[in-house]
Amino acid sequence: MGRTLAEKIWDAHVVRRADGEPDLLYIDLHMLHEVTSPQAFDGLRLAGRPVRKPEHTIATEDHNVPTLDIGNITDPVSKIQLETLRRNCAEFGVRIHSLGDPEQGIVFVVGPQLGLVQPGMTIVCGDSHTSTLGAFGGLAFGIGTSQVEHVLATQTLPMAPFKTMSVTVNGTLKPGVTAKDIILAVIARIGTGGGQGYVIEYRGEAIRNLSMEGRLTVCNMSIEGGARAGTIAPDETTFEYLKGRPHAPQGEEWDAAVEYWRTLYTDDDAVFDREVVIDADQLTPYVTWGTNPGQGAPLSSSVPDPADFADAVERAAAEQALSYMGLKAGTPLREVEINTVFLGSCTNGRIEDLRLAAEILRGRKVADNVQMLVVPGSAKVRLQAEGEGLDTVFKEAGAEWRFAGCSMCLGMNPDKLAPGERSASTSNRNFEGRQGKGGRTHLVSPAVAAASAVRGRLSSPADL
Amino acid sequence: MDKFTVHTGRVVPLRLSNVDTDQIIPAEYLKRVTRTGFGDGLFAVWRDQPDFVLNRTERAGADVLVAGPEFGTGSSREHAVWALQDYGFRTVLSSRFADIFRGNSLKAGLLTVLLPQEQIEEIWALTEADPTVELTVDLIERQVRIADRVFAFDLDDHSRRRLLEGLDDISITFQHLDEIEAYEATRPSFKPRTLPVPVA
Ligand code: SF4
Repeated sequence: MGRTLAEKIWDAHVVRRADGEPDLLYIDLHMLHEVTSPQAFDGLRLAGRPVRKPEHTIATEDHNVPTLDIGNITDPVSKIQLETLRRNCAEFGVRIHSLGDPEQGIVFVVGPQLGLVQPGMTIVCGDSHTSTLGAFGGLAFGIGTSQVEHVLATQTLPMAPFKTMSVTVNGTLKPGVTAKDIILAVIARIGTGGGQGYVIEYRGEAIRNLSMEGRLTVCNMSIEGGARAGTIAPDETTFEYLKGRPHAPQGEEWDAAVEYWRTLYTDDDAVFDREVVIDADQLTPYVTWGTNPGQGAPLSSSVPDPADFADAVERAAAEQALSYMGLKAGTPLREVEINTVFLGSCTNGRIEDLRLAAEILRGRKVADNVQMLVVPGSAKVRLQAEGEGLDTVFKEAGAEWRFAGCSMCLGMNPDKLAPGERSASTSNRNFEGRQGKGGRTHLVSPAVAAASAVRGRLSSPADL
Repeated sequence: MDKFTVHTGRVVPLRLSNVDTDQIIPAEYLKRVTRTGFGDGLFAVWRDQPDFVLNRTERAGADVLVAGPEFGTGSSREHAVWALQDYGFRTVLSSRFADIFRGNSLKAGLLTVLLPQEQIEEIWALTEADPTVELTVDLIERQVRIADRVFAFDLDDHSRRRLLEGLDDISITFQHLDEIEAYEATRPSFKPRTLPVPVA
């Protein structure tokens, strides 16, 4: 019987298989950031172990970055966390991109732009959004800190097998509908636990037609659907993106690599444990109204009435969400007023996202009562955007042009919502308090974020 | 990792479902660079409320947490496990745990025990009727015992052996170093390396 893409990659990385034990998998790339790594390095130090393969390891600084002024980290604890990562990397010989370095940025933006993320690889990071990197046709999953230590020490990981799910998106997207709308619609369909235990493979015409940036956005939020990982079979778009990147193979190595990469697809006779089909033609801009990423709806619709949920648990969750979000059932989503717009994160902080938003903001103004933060996903993206003059477009529109980091995606650095503030955010989690205690988050695409900034309420570019 | 064989202690009944890792330990507490001290942040928001179950005098020193379903959903932060351990919990009982949380807990030596919801309800009732009643988690026999009740639970052999012997995964994996090296010898040369850093 044929195998799925994910199974092929898994099989190619099995170092040891024995009855009654999880498989021992080889890890091709291990990415680190400052939050989940210090205790792992401590463990190595205590046991007197080195990092076994520094050449498969790379670190960057992202979560604690003060994006207004990277030269001035005022929170002493954040400072210690960043300094600890720098010290650990120096001590153990691990490559690091620190603040001020042109390759610094959100770990999941940095990896692809360096060309370190390639088809057929196993990739891990102590962060659930590692799923992002499966967009290149690899297996990429988030791990806990004990596992980070395990990979540092052995370059392998014992893993129990997963189930496979296909999400096929047929047809073509209408203008103004983006990768973010696809994934928000998928999560609304399968629920936040729907992917539990699965690796999702995204397939179909609409996925094939996405750029690498769009594919990264889709895979990024696999975890919001409960899946450990998301993947997309590599194709010409993937190869095109990789060619010429600093770490892409060159010359004959490139040819050998591409030949292998072309074998990475799901066989016709392979069977998925679960299949979901979505029609791209039916999709419109999506926004979330609640406090988990599955609580989303088309922007053209209204805040749902909890009474309409048949399932008692979902009804209770919807009631609690509306109360936290300060929303009334039946209010058209287009009338929901926002006062903050966050464009950035590992979901939508890449160059294409900034270009799209800048196009909408060009010659327009951010509404008076709205603060808009534009936070490039990496220092490289920032430079590239400045080279294209996008920073000027944002600044002329009245948005703030920031340095690269996780920023307002999570309430861990100075970029936070105040209690009661409401954001349209291109990030991936709308949990209670995620963007700051009492803050209210609507997850949206970069296009909806830009249009909402102009109108001061949730909007799509078509409303302008 | 500490061994886990048999543990007896008093119970904290946490009658809540969907306790996510942001509730177990909020992000602002994740900035420590050590593995200890996270107990301060455990259930930080709830502990501000005087009547939260952990704050009640009769629960002081109790080290068995018995929680509602879907315990530990959300982020991959292992700090959630450390916070529970640092506060003093040795074991958590629930009818459903989130995947990553459960994996993290078993790796770090916090035994997560799966019991059907009816049995969880029975334990809640017993401990609420008498907070001094003790509960035993016996990993050798794979049993939970409280008052005159005995509940069997499942745990895969691999995880059980690791906990019983206090083996950490890294030492187990190092026993197979020759297999790792053999695998490495077959890796294609086009696979990327982070070092040396290419010159721009
Ligand atoms: S941008 Fe947000 S989701 Fe992505 S790595 Fe940073 S904190 Fe995590």
